[in-house]
Amino acid sequence: MMRDVLKRLLSPFDPLLLGLLLLTLTLALLVLYSAAGQDMARVSSQATKMLLACGVMWLFAMTPPRFLQQMAVPLYLLGVLLLVGVALFGDVAKGARRWLDLGVMRIQPSELMKIALPMMLAWYFAKREATLRLADHAVAAILLALPVGLILEQPDLGTSIMIGASGFYVMFLAGLSWRLLVGLALAGAAAAPFLWHMLHDYQRRRIEILFDPQQDPLGSGYHTIQAGIALGSGGLAGKGWLQGTQSQLDFLPERHTDFIFAVFGEEFGLVGGILLLLLFGFIIGRGAWIAYHGSTMFERLLAGSLVLTFFTYAFVNMGMVMGILPVVGVPLPLISFGGTSLVTLMVGFGILMSVHANRKLVAT
Amino acid sequence: MRPYSELKNTRREQHDFRVRLFIALVFMLAGFGILLARLAWLQVVQYEHYHTLAESNRISLVPIPPSRGLILDRNGVVLAHSYFVYTLEVTPARVADLERTLRQLGELMEISPGDLRRFHRLRRESHEFEGVLLRSNLNELEAARFAVNRYRFPGVEIRSRMLRHYPHGPLGAHLIGYIGRINNEDVRRLQEGGEYANYLGTGHIGKTGIEQYYERRLHGRTGIQQVEINADGHAVRVLSSTPPIPGDDLILSVDIRLQEVAERAFAGRRGALVAISPTNGEVLAFVSQPSFDPNLFVDGIDTENWKALNESLDKPLVNRPLRGIYPPGSTFKPFVALAGLEAGKRVPPFAIQDHGFFTLPGHNHRFRDWKPQGHGIVDMRKAITVSCDTFFYGLAQELGIGPMTDFVRHFGFGKKTGIDINGELEGLLPTPEWKRRRFKQPWFPGETLIVGIGQGYTLATPMQLAQATAILANNGVAMRPHLVAAIRDSRSGTRHPVPLEVVDRVTVNPRNAELVKEAMLDVTRPGGTAVSVGAGAPYGVAAKTGTSQVIGIKQGEKYDASKIDERHRDHALFIAYAPAEAPTIAVALIVENGGSGGATAGPIARKVMDYYLLGKTPEDQATPTASRADPATDRRTPP
Repeated sequence: MMRDVLKRLLSPFDPLLLGLLLLTLTLALLVLYSAAGQDMARVSSQATKMLLACGVMWLFAMTPPRFLQQMAVPLYLLGVLLLVGVALFGDVAKGARRWLDLGVMRIQPSELMKIALPMMLAWYFAKREATLRLADHAVAAILLALPVGLILEQPDLGTSIMIGASGFYVMFLAGLSWRLLVGLALAGAAAAPFLWHMLHDYQRRRIEILFDPQQDPLGSGYHTIQAGIALGSGGLAGKGWLQGTQSQLDFLPERHTDFIFAVFGEEFGLVGGILLLLLFGFIIGRGAWIAYHGSTMFERLLAGSLVLTFFTYAFVNMGMVMGILPVVGVPLPLISFGGTSLVTLMVGFGILMSVHANRKLVAT
Repeated sequence: MRPYSELKNTRREQHDFRVRLFIALVFMLAGFGILLARLAWLQVVQYEHYHTLAESNRISLVPIPPSRGLILDRNGVVLAHSYFVYTLEVTPARVADLERTLRQLGELMEISPGDLRRFHRLRRESHEFEGVLLRSNLNELEAARFAVNRYRFPGVEIRSRMLRHYPHGPLGAHLIGYIGRINNEDVRRLQEGGEYANYLGTGHIGKTGIEQYYERRLHGRTGIQQVEINADGHAVRVLSSTPPIPGDDLILSVDIRLQEVAERAFAGRRGALVAISPTNGEVLAFVSQPSFDPNLFVDGIDTENWKALNESLDKPLVNRPLRGIYPPGSTFKPFVALAGLEAGKRVPPFAIQDHGFFTLPGHNHRFRDWKPQGHGIVDMRKAITVSCDTFFYGLAQELGIGPMTDFVRHFGFGKKTGIDINGELEGLLPTPEWKRRRFKQPWFPGETLIVGIGQGYTLATPMQLAQATAILANNGVAMRPHLVAAIRDSRSGTRHPVPLEVVDRVTVNPRNAELVKEAMLDVTRPGGTAVSVGAGAPYGVAAKTGTSQVIGIKQGEKYDASKIDERHRDHALFIAYAPAEAPTIAVALIVENGGSGGATAGPIARKVMDYYLLGKTPEDQATPTASRADPATDRRTPP
């Protein structure tokens, strides 16, 4: 009896993906314990958030993709509306307007967009299935530009890049022509000086310092220099858990959030790094397999985009810690301290599982 | 049923998707490949390098604070400079027995109870692992004696620090301001402004006056040294170094000798004086009396001095020119007169018969003139010259409160002058709307009359009075007043003058302006209220006296200074500009509880103008101390 209930409750979970996620989250708690200066309160706070996020994942895994498809347009519209609300009435924190105070709770509508935008675009392409033309990509581009522009204005460069990427992935997977892609890349290169002009001062400074961290060794460049020392001194096998001198001696800033990978790399070395990349690789592989077997165009596009977005988070964060990408505020997925991005990620994985549960049993 | 072609399309799209997904997988694999390569580069190839940095010799980034810019007066006299001193610092976290260490240090060199008090106070404000100042100004002998005994004192070190010094002490303290230790509030503000990194290694920041307003220019940019540190925490080798950029020097428009003449002229009385060059807005003197010694604040003021300054009834810490608000009294009249003339009221030969009081039609309340028996036949010119209240009661009533305040606002009343010091107050030009908002009461006609003679709710700062006088002297063109005349770039040494700025322009009929100015000139001639100010001056002085009541006098009662407590006596005000034909200086001043404007305040203005226009030092202050520029105090030559 108990077993039956348990079985039904667990049925929407893809055991393989679930296993990989739980393994990564466990690792995350270990690293966090070290990064937070062995502060158990912080670890248990994050564990609570993980449990909550798993619950949310379960909810989405239970939701049939067809329902998600129906919700795509309303969610997108709601998201845009909230973003406009933020632009007009949002709270300002650290010079950026990102939060909306609804009286009962404060929400960050850009988080909603991370899911709603790929859903919307997948919905749109699914609707145009089999009659897809170039004009549809133009429409998609507008649907994409609207929220990205609003978030860029907040200003939140990191999030707008990530959301823009997730939408772009849908378009790419839907068959955006190569010629157009190359054309866009060239146009982008041509527009770069103009965009440079539009960036906020602090964003420009970040990019300048990326190419030369020594320019600001006490300010923004400090992160990059100290993270480099932490990683490099980790060596092949690492200094061992809780043994990272850089991490434990307060040299590393933001070491439990955006720069947690530096702690990981210092204490577990190249071996640990490879292990983490493998874990992420398997998660991506499993996600791609699910996307491949998706039974409708909507499911395939959405699942594919979610997998690529997960990859992008991991790549951008690690690239930033390793000093090959600019310091944009992107956390390391599943590992960094914080609940908001975790919940959003797990919603994505919930959707993947839902797609998985709904797959065709016979391959076509 | 779908048509066959769409079905085919669907198939093709699904195939396309799979191809794209495959490409995406390759792309992601490549991405992870790049990360792996970079990680291997950092952790395997570069391992030795980073290992060295992190483990055997910990690398340390040492900020090199920039030297703060000088503040000079218009003739190059140094008003604020920085210099290096050897200091003895203790890092409490590294000292096992603090009490014993302090006692033993006291045997090596003199450590005063004041030093100890400061040490304990600073220690409470700092982190345990920060060096805390114990003694400053160590001489060579003391430094050498400590160096020999250094092994006995882990956690105690000699460092060189930059200290700020104000060679003239209380002279001009309110305008120069002072720097003080960076507190938590400063840290928060610096972090919000993204400037915190530029203050690492710097202990001080501008707190008031010029030092605060021009903080960004004075501070400069912090340099940085990457040094290797051995296990004892001592720097072994400098790896790379970016030199700091010193702060820029400020050249003030203030003449510190003029400032001294002005401050001495107050002879211990409380008050404020501002002198402006009307044509360009340069502030020539900026006096707030009594003053204080800004050097007390640099390394944190001790409790006794702080209590003495803060609790003194004379309020020496208040910046009176900017934050002292007083009823302008009769110094307000020239501006009301101009408002009347411009509105076509009281144009000569219009005159009234003054019996010593004014009554509103239908009322019997007497608005009294300062002269009980009245001034007889009074026209506009005479009204200003003898400061006839009755004349201005009638004028104010006919003008109405709205048109009157609207006009004088152009002379800077009721708004900030925009001078380059923070904290300026706006004063008050009362209007019926303001009164409704403030007191929820209607405006009474009598209040308009009181405003007409600069009393009642009307409030102005000495700075505003000086600015209004300067605007009048400059024929209606309002220049933004400024204390800094030029900024000298620390790297190139080039002098960048501060651009002049016209903030307002009042168009006044030249005939009307001429009438008011002539009348103000009469004020310092026989028959005027400040004859002594003009007596014997080789230049023409246009002026207006004023008196503002501190306490109300009841109807029918007489004001008798001798019967009133000193602090309840009237304030004496004075505004003037000279030479009358082509003004180069405009002065406004107030002597708190000084009584009559002409007798108490006027002579101070005369001394200031004499010095500025004739170079004449008052006889009672033959040896000004601020007249030498001392090159030895230049901060660029550390001892």
